[in-house]
Amino acid sequence: MVHAFFMIDRHIVYDSDSGAFFELDEISYDVIRLYIDGKGQRPSVELLNDSVASHKTSILELQEICDDFDSIIAEGTLFAAPIEYDYHHLYPDQPRIKAMCLHVCHDCNLRCTYCFAGTGDYGTGHRSMLSVETGKAAIDFLIAASGNRKHLDIDFFGGEPLMNWPVVVELTHYCNENGPKHGKDIRLTITTNALLLDAEKTAFINKYMKNCVLSIDGRPEVHNRMRPGIGGKPSYEPISKRIKAFVERRRSDESTYYEHYVRATFTRHNLDFSEDVKHMAESLGANQISVEPVVAPEDCDYSIHESHLPAIFDEYEKLARYLHGRRAAGEPVNFFHFNMDMSNGPCVYKRLKGCGVGAEYCAVTPEGDIYPCHQFVGVEKFLMGNVSSIHSILDENKHLIEGKDATDILDQDTLQIFYDRLMPNRESCKTCFARYHCGGGCAANRYFSTGSLDEEYRVGCELAKKRLECSIWLSAASADSQI
Amino acid sequence: MKHIKQIQKATVKVPSSGHACGECQTSCQSACKTSCTVANQSCEAIQ
Repeated sequence: MVHAFFMIDRHIVYDSDSGAFFELDEISYDVIRLYIDGKGQRPSVELLNDSVASHKTSILELQEICDDFDSIIAEGTLFAAPIEYDYHHLYPDQPRIKAMCLHVCHDCNLRCTYCFAGTGDYGTGHRSMLSVETGKAAIDFLIAASGNRKHLDIDFFGGEPLMNWPVVVELTHYCNENGPKHGKDIRLTITTNALLLDAEKTAFINKYMKNCVLSIDGRPEVHNRMRPGIGGKPSYEPISKRIKAFVERRRSDESTYYEHYVRATFTRHNLDFSEDVKHMAESLGANQISVEPVVAPEDCDYSIHESHLPAIFDEYEKLARYLHGRRAAGEPVNFFHFNMDMSNGPCVYKRLKGCGVGAEYCAVTPEGDIYPCHQFVGVEKFLMGNVSSIHSILDENKHLIEGKDATDILDQDTLQIFYDRLMPNRESCKTCFARYHCGGGCAANRYFSTGSLDEEYRVGCELAKKRLECSIWLSAASADSQI
Repeated sequence: MKHIKQIQKATVKVPSSGHACGECQTSCQSACKTSCTVANQSCEAIQ
């Protein structure tokens, strides 16, 4: 699908099926719009003649532009043929769970207003900690369920995982010992609010965790409003101090890994969130930043509605300009949602699968319950099983007993619900230029905002499209400045 | 081309195997957690 747009100072045309994009001047922009109206056909002389007057150009010049577009189209870069696919293209054999959000702790030392985890207990009314035994069973399940996949991922998540630190340490060592025995490379991530982050934990995370996600909402007043401590105490000061120290060490030679994100959530209370990105970059020294729109029921006083979209679009553009300025100054900031891996991005089938909810990705609670993802935890109708069942199908060396498949311990009807809703089956995605960028979007966003896995979460879709335009604009601006 | 500047060549790749290899990171293991972006993930195909 070809999408032409103007943003800030640039006319751009993008082909979602090839991934290619071009910067145009005003004349060629109007010409490509005629091509789009004609579904890729060269515009007639009559249509071109209408443009001659408005651009004070000649029909000859417009014909030359058409010649250029025709050769680009002939090479398959614009109006590229849609890629044909079926479910059997999406996996080498069958869907395999190979990534896990491991809930180390259903408790938290903050009381964030917008927390989808119900401030830690996921709405259950009781707070709990993962035991080493259940954690090991979860890892055994992941290894067994992953079949012949080599790369596995575990995110130590919560609540706040640092509240159950000894278990994180023990399970980290368990992964490092047992992964290689089964031919697996288990990559670890930890997602933390940083309140309990100290020098010792930082050193451990930097040694063993491939990625670390640190939550803070930006400016002090923004952060304290939505992320208070227990009893409403402001939490910005201790958290910002710890994140600043962590980021410095993560970027130093002492750290085995570099990947990390300082991550914020924005709500309708801070639609000027580019100021929060600036704050995190300039006051905390962060250069890996992610800022996510809050997802909340419509009647919340902080939720984002369609009426907020124009303001958010303007803010994304402001952010794109800021990021370009940082690049130009030689101090780039990597903004997660504006990134596109141009040279080594995902194949088309990965782009069609999206996040892998319930098919390649799952969440495990401190009680061992398995859900399609961390956001669905506690939604009983999506409960897929319990990791304790894995013991019955593993031998003493933790290998699958012949003829057994770890996926069999999962509820097959629930699995089917999520397989059936991958992007290739989503009608609204078929005509969207951003479909290979968001992979069909977030199933939990759809469910919690509309009450259905099938309804479109329009706010989320519009934001994904705008972020794609911003990332394309950034590439064009960088190319122009030869950054 | 006087009026058209190519910024990015075609990037959407179809694997020669004819199917996904299943080795890449799931996007929620990065920094998403409440939304979804996949185009910024790297390919981890085992050659």
